[in-house]
Amino acid sequence: MKNLTGRRRLSKSSVNGFINYGLVIAAFVVMQILIGQDAVSNTIQSMLVPVCCYVVMAVSLNLTVGILGELSLGHAGFMSLGAFSGIIAATALQNVVTAEPLRLALSMVVGAVVGGIGGVVIGLPVLRLRGDYLAIVTLAFGEIIKNVIQVLYIGLDEEGLHLATKQENLILSETGISIIKGPMGATGVTKLATFTAGFILVLVTLFVVQNLVASRAGRAILSLRDNRIAAESVGISVTKYKMMAFVTSAALAGAAGTLYGLNYSSTVASKFDFNTSILVLVYVVLGGLGSIRGSIIAAAVLTILPELLRSGSIKDYRMLIYAIILILVMLVTNNPTLRGALDTVSKKLKLGKHKHTDLEGGAAS
Amino acid sequence: MNGAYPKPKLVPVPSTNIIPDRDADKSPILECRNLGIDFGGLSAVSDFNMAIGRTEIAGLIGPNGAGKTTVFNLLTKVYQPTRGTIMLDGKDTHSMTTAQVNRAGIARTFQNIRLFSNLSVEDNVKVGLHNQMRYGMFSGILRMPGYWKEERVARERALELLSIFDMQDLASHQAGSLPYGAQRRLEIVRALATNPSLLLLDEPAAGMNPSETAELMNNIRKIRDTFHIAIMLIEHDMNLVMGVCEGICVLNFGKVIAKGTPEEIQANPAVIEAYLGKQKEA
Repeated sequence: MKNLTGRRRLSKSSVNGFINYGLVIAAFVVMQILIGQDAVSNTIQSMLVPVCCYVVMAVSLNLTVGILGELSLGHAGFMSLGAFSGIIAATALQNVVTAEPLRLALSMVVGAVVGGIGGVVIGLPVLRLRGDYLAIVTLAFGEIIKNVIQVLYIGLDEEGLHLATKQENLILSETGISIIKGPMGATGVTKLATFTAGFILVLVTLFVVQNLVASRAGRAILSLRDNRIAAESVGISVTKYKMMAFVTSAALAGAAGTLYGLNYSSTVASKFDFNTSILVLVYVVLGGLGSIRGSIIAAAVLTILPELLRSGSIKDYRMLIYAIILILVMLVTNNPTLRGALDTVSKKLKLGKHKHTDLEGGAAS
Repeated sequence: MNGAYPKPKLVPVPSTNIIPDRDADKSPILECRNLGIDFGGLSAVSDFNMAIGRTEIAGLIGPNGAGKTTVFNLLTKVYQPTRGTIMLDGKDTHSMTTAQVNRAGIARTFQNIRLFSNLSVEDNVKVGLHNQMRYGMFSGILRMPGYWKEERVARERALELLSIFDMQDLASHQAGSLPYGAQRRLEIVRALATNPSLLLLDEPAAGMNPSETAELMNNIRKIRDTFHIAIMLIEHDMNLVMGVCEGICVLNFGKVIAKGTPEEIQANPAVIEAYLGKQKEA
């Protein structure tokens, strides 16, 4: 009966969730203190917003790959959608909303919505496919988005947004500004992104993903990953919950893209290519499929690591060292002996806190 | 879809079906008419006719490869039937998907266990309760009052269902780490959680010893009596089938070769031949 009375006790997943919030908040506070004491180099300071973006990207991709269990290779495509729609929104709102944080927030909402719409458009036909096929189509999607944006010319004047596929076709009034200039991307963007905004976006992402997973819908998504046939047999609608996970993931990637785009004065579409998708996938796989905390740590460490290696005498070998570290981490986390050793250590640490329930006690078999 | 599919019309139950007396005055929960499926040129099941009473425990037996699991897959729409009609509680399931059939009232277990092995025992049952919960994605993310209320009810209900098999103490364990017998029982609990009117059990006693099988027999009866539902089971353990089933249908090479009460089936020469082969004429 202890389980019935223990209803108010926090479940394991919510404890894990709080640890993740704590981790992010602690990292933010430590960074703020260090910045206040001038102990952080400019290189690292300029990395803070991208780190937040990649953390959000990794956590949101983990929702598709680790939690839903579908391989997506086009996550950067949604980031791209979010980046450019966010830049357009921020420029359009320049004179309407003067408060910068609010304008940033509204732009991120626009980015998330556009990313989400992209998720619906790509998800509807694609989520009927399985495994490798889904991976190939999402890969193609990412490339298509990149190439489409590279030929787009978007400008803004009093009459509203103008869209063209050739520069000479983009006719604006005298006060008009062209926002996206084809292969040159978006230039002259007002930098709105701040570390605080990135920190808040990470928290919002954690809130959305963790609460979603712990809800009725999240259980349905997890059940699809574990056993699709069984999930259908208990009345779970496959398409609905696949879409839910995929679109949520795309919307969060869109918001991350907006933050990323508004962190630089110019952004080109080729930044969000296949390499970026794979990079984010590497964070997710290294951090552990389905592990939110793993994604956060992997994304943060692996974004900063190449920059750290840039300094000092090892800078010529930095990509080599980066690659070796990736391989080593993969080997260590997949080695049964080392894993067993890690498990034993963590079990010993836990034994002091929890009484071990006897598995054989309730089940005769 | 299949053009040859006949338009269904509910007509009185054919007299060839065996339904216990207590259910005789009510319409059957499940009725199959001339059900059949072809894989390529091979007819896996053909002319399958069967009706199951509201609170009947029915058995589906037959030698290996007779098409028993295929019948379950047809009933749950894992396969689309090539011919025939399935009427569930008077409704045709023709256009339904697997998930919709479950919502309409058929729950099943699998021959090779299919649990959500990375989820906890409790969450496995809660996935079964999914369609009895109402709150949406956003009240889940924002943790609205509906979330807390329904999750509390679901937890209580899950533990209550687990207590049928005395498994409530295992609620927090990972489903995949349970011993084999407990996994089989959990699958039944998960199926029951979907609030079915017909429960399909595919070899529930597989891998169990005689005392566990005896316990399972009691539990099958207990489930029928507590939930007032019909149960249909595939099983090779004849002690269980003969001990618990009220009506038995024997399948061989995709065709029904006999139907009747356990006593009738045991005396049926066609059944004996299907299992043991033809006796040499001396």
